[in-house]
Amino acid sequence: MTSALTKATTKRVAIAGNPNTGKTTLFNQLTGARGKVGNYPGVTVERHFAALELEGHGEVMLMDVPGTYSLSACSSEEQLAIQAVAGLHPLERPDLVVCVVDSTQCIRNLYLVLQVIELGLPVVVALNMSDRLAGTGQTLDAEALARELGAPCVPIVASKEHGLTELKKEMARVLADPRRGRPDWRWAPEDPLLAADMRAVAKELPAEWTGGDERRERALALWALLSVDETDELAKLPGGLRAVVARKRKLAEASKRNLDEEIIRARYDWLDARAKLFLKESAASASLTDRIDRVLLHPALGFAIFLALMTVVFQALFAGADPVIGWIESFFAWLGSTVASALPAGLFADLVAKGLIAGVGSVLVFLPQILLLFLFIGILEDTGYMARVAFLMDRVMKALGLHGRAFVPMLSGYACAVPAILATRTMERQRDRLLTMLVVPLMTCSARLPVYGLLIAAIVPCRDPCPSEGTGRSTQGLLLAGMYLFSTVIALLAAAVLGRTVLKGPRVPFLLEMPPYRVPHWASVVRMMWEKSNVFVKEAGTVILTCTVAMWVLLSFPRQAVHTTPTEIPSAIRSVAAVSQSEASAALQQSYGGRLGHAIEPALAPLGFDWKIGIGLIGAFAAREVFVSTMAVVYGLEGADESSLALRERLRTETRPDGSKLYTPLVCLSLMIFFALSCQCMSTLAVVKRETRSWRWPSFLFAYMTVLAWVASFAVYQGGRLLGFE
Amino acid sequence: MRERRTACPLHTLMVRLIDLSDGQEGRLVRLEGERAFRRRLMELGLLPGTTVRVVRRAEIGGVLELEVRRARLTVRTSEACLVLVAP
Repeated sequence: MTSALTKATTKRVAIAGNPNTGKTTLFNQLTGARGKVGNYPGVTVERHFAALELEGHGEVMLMDVPGTYSLSACSSEEQLAIQAVAGLHPLERPDLVVCVVDSTQCIRNLYLVLQVIELGLPVVVALNMSDRLAGTGQTLDAEALARELGAPCVPIVASKEHGLTELKKEMARVLADPRRGRPDWRWAPEDPLLAADMRAVAKELPAEWTGGDERRERALALWALLSVDETDELAKLPGGLRAVVARKRKLAEASKRNLDEEIIRARYDWLDARAKLFLKESAASASLTDRIDRVLLHPALGFAIFLALMTVVFQALFAGADPVIGWIESFFAWLGSTVASALPAGLFADLVAKGLIAGVGSVLVFLPQILLLFLFIGILEDTGYMARVAFLMDRVMKALGLHGRAFVPMLSGYACAVPAILATRTMERQRDRLLTMLVVPLMTCSARLPVYGLLIAAIVPCRDPCPSEGTGRSTQGLLLAGMYLFSTVIALLAAAVLGRTVLKGPRVPFLLEMPPYRVPHWASVVRMMWEKSNVFVKEAGTVILTCTVAMWVLLSFPRQAVHTTPTEIPSAIRSVAAVSQSEASAALQQSYGGRLGHAIEPALAPLGFDWKIGIGLIGAFAAREVFVSTMAVVYGLEGADESSLALRERLRTETRPDGSKLYTPLVCLSLMIFFALSCQCMSTLAVVKRETRSWRWPSFLFAYMTVLAWVASFAVYQGGRLLGFE
Repeated sequence: MRERRTACPLHTLMVRLIDLSDGQEGRLVRLEGERAFRRRLMELGLLPGTTVRVVRRAEIGGVLELEVRRARLTVRTSEACLVLVAP
């Protein structure tokens, strides 16, 4: 971390503004690649900070504030904005607030600026996107606006780096002389009743909030009157404050006063009355955005384009990333075997090759999809199309209790749950993010396909090469399609149920802005891709690596005496034992994992599984497709994959102790249902842990999916038997 | 007023936002619904007296796009029932 970020004397500059005002772009342009990503304490909202060189001040610390239309708050996420701007505990008070304003919508943006001024914080207003004013038929006089606000206003175009030198100069000036940017309140409550309410509430404010500053007291009193009520999620509010606000609001209601409207109107009235001094407006012709939206939001054409775009995104994730994933896998397999043969054969070589190298490989293998998904999300967000996705899909998603923006993460879930869970960041509310994270792992991800491939081949025998039009092949296709449909229906049902039970929360009004279309700011898109990958590798990666080593221990201990050098190591578990085939099988069955497979057999028997399948399920916890290679080792067919005829043949001939066939169509179906619903994926759990910052939600995810899988498989197997199937 | 809405009779000069046709403007008269919803709308500049225009609606999405103070906002059709305007 840069030294400036840790020194107590370093000046702090917060960058605040409405959503879609180019705050992030400005932050990136000012600080280059020096930014750090942290988290706001206690919540899963990312916090960016970076050092910035300012003339006369040395390095100052620049911090972003979550985009917000107002500092009033009812959700815990919105509370962050007021905490960060006003410097409420546990966040430090900034020495300067840079308010980023969308010049083309300046009145609404200035509403937030007024609130910051009320708090008595030194302000510099950055009038962003000033190059777009002409296109909307407006002219904005920055000097006149600065006179009215009593704070410096600098026109900038963050994406083109226009005006940034002037902005930095103003920031340095205000830091040197805070009075330059700290005017008095712009308006005063006209109604003496409101002024009295504010005084009464101010008395109950904690002293550490106000620091004895009278202006700050009034501002926070207004904030409390506007924010606090029975339904808010605000944390750590003193009881006295809640009580006095409730009392004042009740009194106001009794005398037919609307406190919210009084306060909000006072600010807008001040702005509207002065607008003509700094803003000239003429009727604008239909904007480019309007013309684009006529096509993209067209009831039929727009929907078709939406589906086409989503197909491209999905195809790229599903198929496009595949070759790169293959290269990463073969590279680490090669590296593992090379290292293993270079080291003296033994425990250490095994640990390095099958534990560590394979573990690093199983982390990096996710990067192609993560990078691709965030490239798409960056483009969709930056162009403004993501808001249109929510517009087009809201009714469907809302019916399921999901946010409209959950669509892209859910779709990505068909490729892989890991990037999809990372993508839930595009939603503001923690509840929306959590709900999406809890149902995405139910979607049929690509890791399930090898398992389905093997089992479907066992259900519907079909010799390779299969006639492409044969009945066997089309039945196989139908079964696979059925599994996709099944997982989708279950995921949507789970969303509807979880949203109404575990994650039941206050309904939040759906008010989204439709930002104008913009050309993506590529540097910001690339930066987000880099940050997401970096955070994934560092934080989720360590958990995945640890789990890989743990799985290696589980499946290769206690060790047997016989040992030879491994020849092929696709991953830690894929070639679980490094000895000849029958020995490999014996070693696996003797391992802790193998014994565990025996131990859980009673729980699996009602689903139709034997202990060998149990070992496969344990191995599959590393990644679902590992089930196939683990079963291959169990049956002494090491190296076989799902299309291997030997393995398919083995499944067909495998019998139970009583001589009856084990892999009957019913058992295979039960096993597929189990794979569809259970959370057999440590990487998913690791990434949920990283995103929610606790083991609570990954534990819940694992528990509910395992129970769901068990019950569904039980119902299928036992129900099928009752109906006379075998 | 359409017949199915008579359960909640309105002033003759007032209609619900959802009843405006695409492109039609109205002056906001009253906000109904929960406090968080009313407050958020007002903070976005949709105070009583403000002019609001319906830009388009997404039938599948169940959403209405509005223009207020040069900004484009979307509200759910169910929530657009809570906004009363004078056309």
